[in-house]
Amino acid sequence: MSEAIRLAWHQFHLERRMLWRNPSAAFFNMALPLIFLALFGAVFNDDRDSLEIIVPGIAGMAVMATTFNSLSMNLTFLREQGVLKRIRGSAMPEGAYLTAVLASSVFNAVIQVVLITLAGRIFFDIGWPKDVAALAVFVAAGVACMGSLGIALSHVIPNFESASAYSNAIFLPMILISGTFFDTANTPAFLRDIAQALPLTHLIQGLKGAMITGHGVADNASNLAVVALWAAFGVFFAIRGFSWESRQAG
Amino acid sequence: MRPVSSAAPAILVRGLRKSYGAHEAVRGIDFEVAPGEVFGLLGPNGAGKTTTVEILEGHRRRTGGVVSVLGYDPDRRPRELRRRIGIVLQSTGLWRHITVREALTHFARLSSHPRSVEEVIDLVGLREKADAMAHTLSGGQLRRLDFALALIGDPELIFLDEPTTGYDPAARRGAWDVIRSLQELGKTILLTTHYLDEAQALCDRVAIVKDGRIIAEGPPSELGASASRYRVTWRSLETGELQTREVDDPTALLHQLTSAALARGEPLRDLSVTRPTLEEIYLELTGDAGAEEAPSGSVEDVHV
Repeated sequence: MSEAIRLAWHQFHLERRMLWRNPSAAFFNMALPLIFLALFGAVFNDDRDSLEIIVPGIAGMAVMATTFNSLSMNLTFLREQGVLKRIRGSAMPEGAYLTAVLASSVFNAVIQVVLITLAGRIFFDIGWPKDVAALAVFVAAGVACMGSLGIALSHVIPNFESASAYSNAIFLPMILISGTFFDTANTPAFLRDIAQALPLTHLIQGLKGAMITGHGVADNASNLAVVALWAAFGVFFAIRGFSWESRQAG
Repeated sequence: MRPVSSAAPAILVRGLRKSYGAHEAVRGIDFEVAPGEVFGLLGPNGAGKTTTVEILEGHRRRTGGVVSVLGYDPDRRPRELRRRIGIVLQSTGLWRHITVREALTHFARLSSHPRSVEEVIDLVGLREKADAMAHTLSGGQLRRLDFALALIGDPELIFLDEPTTGYDPAARRGAWDVIRSLQELGKTILLTTHYLDEAQALCDRVAIVKDGRIIAEGPPSELGASASRYRVTWRSLETGELQTREVDDPTALLHQLTSAALARGEPLRDLSVTRPTLEEIYLELTGDAGAEEAPSGSVEDVHV
């Protein structure tokens, strides 16, 4: 067992090193949420109400980008490229390998939330999170939900060329209707209904409670329940459809 | 389950079957590979070679039959077995942003007694590319890296699925030298190939696979020698034309020809007695003619 942990640790280090060498991965996992935060923060610099929507909104978006987008594309690549098959034929325990891949993704999400929290405190004057425990709970639930949905989505993506289209077709509309950048009170009712059924809205509500308003886990239990329900759905399909072999290889 | 003794076969396959739905890819294959042997599975595309190898590697589960690899059942995918084998798949899958040296160092950690990274880099001829990222390598260089990754753990049994496909002739000779050096180290090797010269150059024994069955098996030289007839060619003393006849035993025919020539006091021109090459045997066996009655079994069963 300790050997599996040692190997997972080495794999995690390798994942970190490879992330920084891959310009596209480094941009989407690290730079993009921070660029959005800087731009929207600059635009709404004097508008406190908007900042209180944008900062937790972008934290929710960052959780989704680093897990859902990143894992759906990464696992499609690894599967189609044959890396998963190579790992499975080697002496690397499969569990240790997947743990390292997932841990690297979770690590990105945590870095993002920490940076966004710091930026909120330092540049936008919205203070420290009111409820750190609730923040941790919602980040954990968001990572589990978005990560498992990303893995489940990778099972549907036929090849790496189309991976970005599949994940962005879900990601981009979802961040627009889920209240990442603006208050959804003025959006059409049917869009609000759709957003209410999707997990990101509820993740952002939970993050906003923890970071801004001081509403904790108990106050946002229904939001947490929706995220958890999607997580259960995601985990079920992530495990069920998992394939170590390329779709093309048959 | 541990190997009973060192004399136990490295690979034992009995009645192996594999179906995908209604399609039977492997229909009852038997063979054994002794420790230290280089065994080749030779056959056309879709014959069942890769399926067979992937079952032995633990990548696919068999539908029926008995399989033992170093004394283990590969279906159970024991880690101890995975530590003792090296695999070169047909496709080369690796991360894009890792250097040759890093990849070898990383996979070396999986073994309790890895070979030296630098030594393996030299062995496969990637010295100049040691610090290059995988995505900058050519197809042939990636194949060599693949080879290196299979060797780095110093496995005792190595699976090579079409190891030289996509190589230029020089790289191919290089790969052959590496395989021979592994053989000298006492490694057991199971390789699949389309190339007859490769089978002839490297394998101690080959099995010709067609339609999921083994249709001939034996050392490449004997497969050529005993599976088919002799072909006797000479220039006719009467007509001056080239004559060819295929016989099981050329003794009587040669006696007839030479005594006729002696009796006439003329030289017997252009006489040759040849055995079919492995290539001819292969084409004969894998061609559609005679496919119906081609039995599975040993060399002795095969007639032309």
